[in-house]
Amino acid sequence: MDLTLKIWRQAGPRDKGKLVTYQVEDISPDMSFLEMLDVLNERLNAKGEEPVAFDSDCREGICGMCGLMISGQAHGPEKTTTCQLHMRSFSDGETITIEPWRAEAFPVIRDLVVNRSAFDRIIQAGGFISVNTGSAPDAHATPVPKPNAERAFVAAECIGCGACVAACPNASGMLFMGAKVTHLSELPQGQPERMARVVSMVSTHDAEGFGGCTNIGECSKACPKGIPQDVISTLNRDLRMALSSGH
Amino acid sequence: MSARNTTIFLKLLMAVTGLFFVFYVLLHMYGNLKVLAGPEAFNGYAEHLRTFGEPMLPYGGLLWIFRILLIAALIGHVYSMAALWSRAGKARASRYAVVKTAITSTTMRWGGVFLFLFIGWHLLHFTIVKPVVNGDGPDAAALAASPYAMVVASFQLWWMVLIYLLALAALGLHLAHGVFSAQQTLGWTQTAAGHRRAKGIGHLVAAVIAVGFAIPPLAILFGLVK
Repeated sequence: MDLTLKIWRQAGPRDKGKLVTYQVEDISPDMSFLEMLDVLNERLNAKGEEPVAFDSDCREGICGMCGLMISGQAHGPEKTTTCQLHMRSFSDGETITIEPWRAEAFPVIRDLVVNRSAFDRIIQAGGFISVNTGSAPDAHATPVPKPNAERAFVAAECIGCGACVAACPNASGMLFMGAKVTHLSELPQGQPERMARVVSMVSTHDAEGFGGCTNIGECSKACPKGIPQDVISTLNRDLRMALSSGH
Repeated sequence: MSARNTTIFLKLLMAVTGLFFVFYVLLHMYGNLKVLAGPEAFNGYAEHLRTFGEPMLPYGGLLWIFRILLIAALIGHVYSMAALWSRAGKARASRYAVVKTAITSTTMRWGGVFLFLFIGWHLLHFTIVKPVVNGDGPDAAALAASPYAMVVASFQLWWMVLIYLLALAALGLHLAHGVFSAQQTLGWTQTAAGHRRAKGIGHLVAAVIAVGFAIPPLAILFGLVK
């Protein structure tokens, strides 16, 4: 395959940045999107040019490290992570525009790499349960109704890649936060800190400069794990309950 | 740190005030449809709105209670809109070169601005100024005496019907998303089925209101109501 790539190049956080056009030839349709970028970088290196910086880690679709805006779609045209996206999803001769996640809460570090520490700070604000560690309790020591367990698992699939923020016209982090809150709110272990958790996490989310949610659902469509929009409803309900219990 | 200082609180304010508007608009639509029953029914309804609750309430008391509640709801709705809109703009200050997302949130915001301007015109038209828009119709004194005559004279004009139909289209679009959105914000859509139901309710409410309000002006324009 031969492709025209328009890639966002930005030397550092303060650089203005611009789209630069590259031609890449002889790309195998079986390559992953990141392997295609690896090939481009090898060729740039060979020519003595600066390679394109992008994030990746496991390349198995489970770590949440990679993430690119590909021709206006977070993680590209398939419902998967960028590393699990293959070039067969594109056509020969296609022009592909590659941009970093865009949100004031996710500042660009370089080229396609953004700083997603804001998500870590939201987790630090309440995305945990306080228990004494030690030997693991018996799995059946705390019974969990099956529907709650299943919903908690669905929410826990979130890998924190940030595609929801990237796809949201308001750059809102509500799907991410909704997944984390729902995960813990569905389980008995999450109950003691439930009200304090939601207020603390939402306050941190807002302070980090994410936008508000307008419920249009672009986040769920972009989510590589298919986290449903209804986790935001649970987040909203938990905040409403916190409000009426005086938090 | 307080639940009151969050974007979700603003959304709740938006949702609750919005649902009050929906309740009011349904009552308003019911009143409008009385025009099909003739001048006595329509003018009688308009008068009853003012005498409702007497002698516990003064003349026009209920109407004023509603007006005050509506103004309060409008302030809440517009305040939360302005706060969330400006926050969204700041959150995505740098734009994508290629955009492939839905336009619903843009439609909601600019559609809402259009509805706000329309409501201003609508109040001038039927409540505050009551101008004689139809030169072939009754004079100002006759219009002031009969709400029915005022409505019929207005909607005999095709361009006036067009203005109101445009506003109804904007209202329908606004409600199709807004009624769903309010339910989601209130946390009533926590399952896939609940999510589908909320979307269905949103579309149903939007369709009922848009069609229900469109009937009287169209009936007048086509001479079914004179």
